[in-house]
Amino acid sequence: MAKFESLSVARWIDRGFYRLTAAFAVGIAGILVWILVTLFQTAYPAIAKFGLGFLFSSRWSVQEEIFGALPLIYGTVVSALVALAIAVPIGVGIAVFLTEDFLPAQIRTPIAFVIELLAAVPSVVYGLWAIVVFIPFVKPVLELVHQVLGWIPLFGSAPTNVGLMYTSLILAIMISPTIIAISRDSLVSLPPQLRQGALALGATRWETILKVLLPASLSGIVGAVMLALGRALGETMVAAMLIGSKNAISASLFAPGQTIASMIANQFGEATGLQRASLLYAGLILMLITLAVNVLAELIISRFQQVEH
Amino acid sequence: MQNMQSSTSRTSTNAIADQAVALRAENVSVYYGAFQAVRNVFLDVPKNQVTAFIGPSGCGKSTLLRCFNRLNDLVASARVDGKISFQGRDLYARDMDPVEVRRRIGMVFQKPNPFPKSIYDNIAFGARINGFRGNMDELVERSLRSAALWDEVKDKLNQSGLALSGGQQQRLCIARTIAIEPEVILMDEPCSALDPVSTLRVEELMHSLKEQFTMVIVTHNMQQAARVSDMTAFFNAEAGEGGSRFGYLVEYNKTQDIFSSPQQQETHDYVSGRFG
Ligand SMILES: Nc1ncnc2c1ncn2[C@@H]1O[C@H](COP(=O)(O)OP(=O)(O)OP(=O)(O)O)[C@@H](O)[C@H]1O
Ligand SMILES: [Mg+2]
Repeated sequence: MAKFESLSVARWIDRGFYRLTAAFAVGIAGILVWILVTLFQTAYPAIAKFGLGFLFSSRWSVQEEIFGALPLIYGTVVSALVALAIAVPIGVGIAVFLTEDFLPAQIRTPIAFVIELLAAVPSVVYGLWAIVVFIPFVKPVLELVHQVLGWIPLFGSAPTNVGLMYTSLILAIMISPTIIAISRDSLVSLPPQLRQGALALGATRWETILKVLLPASLSGIVGAVMLALGRALGETMVAAMLIGSKNAISASLFAPGQTIASMIANQFGEATGLQRASLLYAGLILMLITLAVNVLAELIISRFQQVEH
Repeated sequence: MQNMQSSTSRTSTNAIADQAVALRAENVSVYYGAFQAVRNVFLDVPKNQVTAFIGPSGCGKSTLLRCFNRLNDLVASARVDGKISFQGRDLYARDMDPVEVRRRIGMVFQKPNPFPKSIYDNIAFGARINGFRGNMDELVERSLRSAALWDEVKDKLNQSGLALSGGQQQRLCIARTIAIEPEVILMDEPCSALDPVSTLRVEELMHSLKEQFTMVIVTHNMQQAARVSDMTAFFNAEAGEGGSRFGYLVEYNKTQDIFSSPQQQETHDYVSGRFG
């Protein structure tokens, strides 16, 4: 009988644990809803006054109490996308190099370790490093790009000491470890038979990587990219320090700009009344963008998994 | 060259004329680091026939098979001594491109390994990378028909290859190998993960593919070797100096002879189930 008693204790613990985790899961979802509701309430004066026009207006005037978030939204989305455009090919490329045996294991392991350490650097340190070291270093390069390719609107303005491009470059460095680590994990977890199967059909190493291994780990890679995008969209410190806080849309990536997060960081301390509500409205938009990115990521991942399993 | 061969295999291989030989192993030894896995194998694989490799686990059947399409190149520690030639050309010559070798000598693995792609793309992949210019739909259908899979999948070509049963997956892997039109197909225990019905289908398949392809099959199933193969090579493993076990070819002959009148006592014991 003692055996059955201990079994029922185990079951009791099981059930208790189940309830506890279920409660946490519901709790987390509750917090998310709570944040959204609070944001909506506090932003309500601005929502009532400007409506959806807030999204499309470019004026942000504290004196006139007219607020529009278009430049912020533009700066947020564009700086994040440019960062992705830089970080995804490099990150996935590094992940491939770290998993396929291009390098001997003695070099590979420390490199992977150092890259993962990059994820631990605080963003304010990245910002300082950029101002002191990185920007003086890359500015001549951007100047050269502007001189040669200045006829392309994207490079149409002369680089100064601040700007969207610097923000994107630092964001790219910040999100690369995430992309590398997750892509690497999903590449490593592929069954070796897959690689052998491709090679046995006369595929070259690169055909194997590009046409079999990367597609097979696509759900992991897309997940990594979306996670990185979420981080880049919300990153505050780097944008506040580097983007130049200029509330304008410029076709040139070298021009200064503004993101939602940097705007809130810059102004929220002194903001009152409608300005404060407008900043919260902008925050709500940022949150919705990030949520949309994550939902999209889930959709994409589950779609790919249908083919994979 | 024949008289260089070891006494055990001489009797069997000198019957085959050179032009009828697809793959020839001459004094082949395979090492993993310092460990010798296969020792001094002489063996001729005849064209358009099925050759079976049998023998106890660990005697180097897979190892030798993987040398035939240079898949052992992937194992950093693996090294091949001796000479393996394919239609008279040294497979391990400096100017031999392993990618080209594998295109002409296909392989089906023990565990079905379809790509996580649609059934259609599983077949089309190999053809595409090999620069196939013809009608892809037609090639896919023809390959699936050759692999006796067409009727089961013709309505779901866009579904994932991984959604098929194990036996279907294995036939899909055979189909994708057929699609690149290799000259030789190597199969490493292709039926070990399959049920008897699927096994029978794959065996029938081998019979029908013999006209087009040379096949080498590793199997632990004695009846299977007897059913599908024309030639049979029996390998065994033996403890060498220092206690490490190396594999070697005991006897190689017509399947009928191996099973009904083996020349070696070891072979006799193994095929009659009195092994060890
Ligand atoms: N990648 C490898 N690295 C080191 N040793 C290996 C490797 N692959 C095989 N071996 C060794 O080589 C020997 C022969 O292995 P192999 O897989 O060729 O045997 P096998 O005859 O195919 O056995 P089985 O019937 O169990 O598949 C074994 O002792 C094995 O441990
Ligand atoms: Mg084996």
